Amino acid sequence: MSTVSWITLRGLLGRRRFLLLLPLPVVLVLLAALSRSLGVDPGDWGPPVLVGLGLAVVLPVVALIVGTGVLGAEIDDGTIVHILTKPLPRWQIVLPKLAVASGVTAVTVAVPLFVAGVLADSVRLGLSLAAASAVGALAYSALFLALSLLTRRPVLLGLVYVLIWEGLLGSVVSGTKVLSIQQYVIALADRLAPTGLLQGDVSVPVAAVMSALISVGFTVLAIDRLRSFSVAGETS
Amino acid sequence: MTTISADQAAGTPTAVTSTLDLAGVSRWYGNVVAVNDVSMSLGPGVTGLLGPNGAGKTTLLHMMAGFLAPSRGVVTLDGRPTWRNPEVYRQLGLVSEREAVHTFLTAYEFVLASAKLHRLPDPAAAARRAIAQVEMAGAQDRRIGTYSKGMRQRARVAAALVHEPQVLLLDEPFNGMDPRQRLHMMELLHRLGDAGRTILFSSHILEEVEQVSGTVQVMVAGRLAASGDFRTIRRLMTNRPHVFTVQSTDDRALAVALMAEASVTGVELDRAGLTVRAGDYGAFTRVLPKIALREGIRVRQLVPQDESLESVFSYLVEA
Repeated sequence: MSTVSWITLRGLLGRRRFLLLLPLPVVLVLLAALSRSLGVDPGDWGPPVLVGLGLAVVLPVVALIVGTGVLGAEIDDGTIVHILTKPLPRWQIVLPKLAVASGVTAVTVAVPLFVAGVLADSVRLGLSLAAASAVGALAYSALFLALSLLTRRPVLLGLVYVLIWEGLLGSVVSGTKVLSIQQYVIALADRLAPTGLLQGDVSVPVAAVMSALISVGFTVLAIDRLRSFSVAGETS
Repeated sequence: MTTISADQAAGTPTAVTSTLDLAGVSRWYGNVVAVNDVSMSLGPGVTGLLGPNGAGKTTLLHMMAGFLAPSRGVVTLDGRPTWRNPEVYRQLGLVSEREAVHTFLTAYEFVLASAKLHRLPDPAAAARRAIAQVEMAGAQDRRIGTYSKGMRQRARVAAALVHEPQVLLLDEPFNGMDPRQRLHMMELLHRLGDAGRTILFSSHILEEVEQVSGTVQVMVAGRLAASGDFRTIRRLMTNRPHVFTVQSTDDRALAVALMAEASVTGVELDRAGLTVRAGDYGAFTRVLPKIALREGIRVRQLVPQDESLESVFSYLVEA
């Protein structure tokens, strides 16, 4: 493991806010298990739990906490200077951090989604949800990582994207769905395991191409921003 | 704990030296000019960057270290610009003012991580050497979170030194240190400077600079106010005219008597009293009571005007 990923991982797992990640996936699995044990029809509980909670809340929120944490937290407390004063090309800093962010997010989200998918329908749905959410984890992480270099309030802006753009506008204005990572994940998961539980609103090619574009685009942007990283002028 | 002699710790005198050059460097934030047209060349040895708070020292250091783009002008290390050029960090180390450390690491882990990020051939040996240099070997396996401010500072210096940079920049390194830690740090900077490295540290405290460096760059209000040998600048500072306001029972007579004094360079008389300019602070304050006694005048008030460091600095700007 590279030194950058090692420091990033230790910083991430060592901070208390990492514990915030745990309740959401646990709630997801508990809800799925409860619905299943009560014998509720998967057609009734599947969409709200898998999509409404899993893909619309757990995935983006976990990605937000982790994605803004791997670089944003270091920018906030100034420790980023230690990594930046090294003769490393900036992509060697951004890529390991992106790998840690999307890896941690994917593991945290894919496991409970897999379990919930199995409980709702089949192992195939579980696997497809896990795989699609891993793609989503990468796209979200790239977005939130870049946000932490573009603004001083990445968490706030990220929340606005997740709650307002994807959540609110997504259900009212259909055009916004083309720029919604959540919709890509739904489309991809539905393609991998067509069950009728997931309702994708964008086509699979759009979802695949846009996920790739967002992941690569924001990563390139983050690398360029980090190259011109300025230490904020202190009071003096 | 390994002991290490001063000579070993500073490393062998390095044949290769580096020069940091600033050519007409300015930086502004909107309408506020933080650094105004500064040019200087820093070579081997210890240089102090002196100036009151808010003079632009940190902004200048950040530009030197490649963490801020100059609005105008260019900062180069051995001819290569420092902005957007991570390669300069092979020769350059920075200890910023903000006490930012990964508190969850031990000092050894922290310095070792620096060594690895520098891709040094033997990171473990380099880390141990750097830690010995700042005399932290005894505490190297404790988490940085448990350290005192001075120890954290030394851990950060060790991390900045691990690749033996030719140039080391330190922003207010003595802030928050107790006298013993301060002395330690001063000795370390001396050793590094004597070994042929280019060391620049900023400070707003005259005495700190006096004890560590022979050369100073004085910044006031974003401008380079003076630069050169510390003693020359110190002399300029002590010999500057001191201004006093004096009120007495007979200002006119006192003014006449004072004009004859060698230490007095100017006297103004107005309704409020006398404004006296003296070339020598000590001589004037010794001679005033004698004159008053001789002339039979009673001095009611003697107030030295603005003796703050800022006024000393701004005098230098005008000089």
